[in-house]
Amino acid sequence: MRVDIAKGILEKNDTLAEGNRALFASKGVFVVDLMASPGAGKTSTILATIAALRDRYRIAVIEGDIASRVDAEKIAAHGIPAVQINTGGACHLESDMIRRAVDTLDLDEIDLLIIENVGNLVCPTDFDLGEHAKVMILSVPEGHDKPYKYPGIFQLSEAVILNKYDTLSVFDFNEAEFRGVVRDLNPSAPVFALSATKGEGVEAWTEWLSARIEAAKEPQS
Amino acid sequence: MHEMGICDGIVSAAVEAANDAKASRINSIDVTIGVLTEIQEEALQFAFGVLSKDTIAEGSTLAVTMLPAKSVCGECSAEFGHGRFDAKCPECGSFVCTLVQGRELRIDSMDID
Repeated sequence: MRVDIAKGILEKNDTLAEGNRALFASKGVFVVDLMASPGAGKTSTILATIAALRDRYRIAVIEGDIASRVDAEKIAAHGIPAVQINTGGACHLESDMIRRAVDTLDLDEIDLLIIENVGNLVCPTDFDLGEHAKVMILSVPEGHDKPYKYPGIFQLSEAVILNKYDTLSVFDFNEAEFRGVVRDLNPSAPVFALSATKGEGVEAWTEWLSARIEAAKEPQS
Repeated sequence: MHEMGICDGIVSAAVEAANDAKASRINSIDVTIGVLTEIQEEALQFAFGVLSKDTIAEGSTLAVTMLPAKSVCGECSAEFGHGRFDAKCPECGSFVCTLVQGRELRIDSMDID
């Protein structure tokens, strides 16, 4: 006997993500999900973003890692609320993990919530967390050919950060080719070249982010 | 490796629907996956074998239909199929296109006894 199911495979995750999204909207919190390979500079980019925007916005961070509290401690050392999620082996964050982490934060005191996803260019792309925007970071040493190998994450990201831009001269990184492929994959995504640890080029990225935060700031009922 | 998590969604939805229908066994489950998701069918089949074990779905077939990517041009409204790297309107050359098919992750139906 044939039975129709017609259901999303990730329905449970997606329903919880919609709940997160509604909660963020009601509190006027803008949420960005940062995705990248391990070592691309997610935490450094978050620290540079905090340095640039902390006078304008109240910021909190959710750190996703397989193990350890290393990243949350780095953020908390700057006086920013940070919650660590340890996935215990899972390669990506899911919306229920975000909800549990969010429940420990005071959303009334936050304008910008940055989620640092688990270092991975594949799995995080299929999971909605209830964020407003997914943004990815590629670092120059990883090579300009990454969009060919991991097209999905480049297509799903609303903006692409090219980090460690100060090392361009010592790596065989073809910037024009990189920008060309990203444009073909995702024509509307801006590419922000910056060096997070040096604080260079951060402004274009934080201006883009600020415009998005302002748009989300008006609480909706 | 996230196919395990995806497959957990398939098995639990199928088992739930089978229990609702008072089925004694599941013979096959039909799912539709868009090619632009990060799902690899081989890994999905492996995960299905592991996760369906000791459930009413054990031994059933996971029939996977892969859907190609399709977009609609925001400027000339042409609808066109494309691969990963060429979501550009073949009619007018515009890059302003909206994806209408290719990210599906859907359980369609199943065959039960």
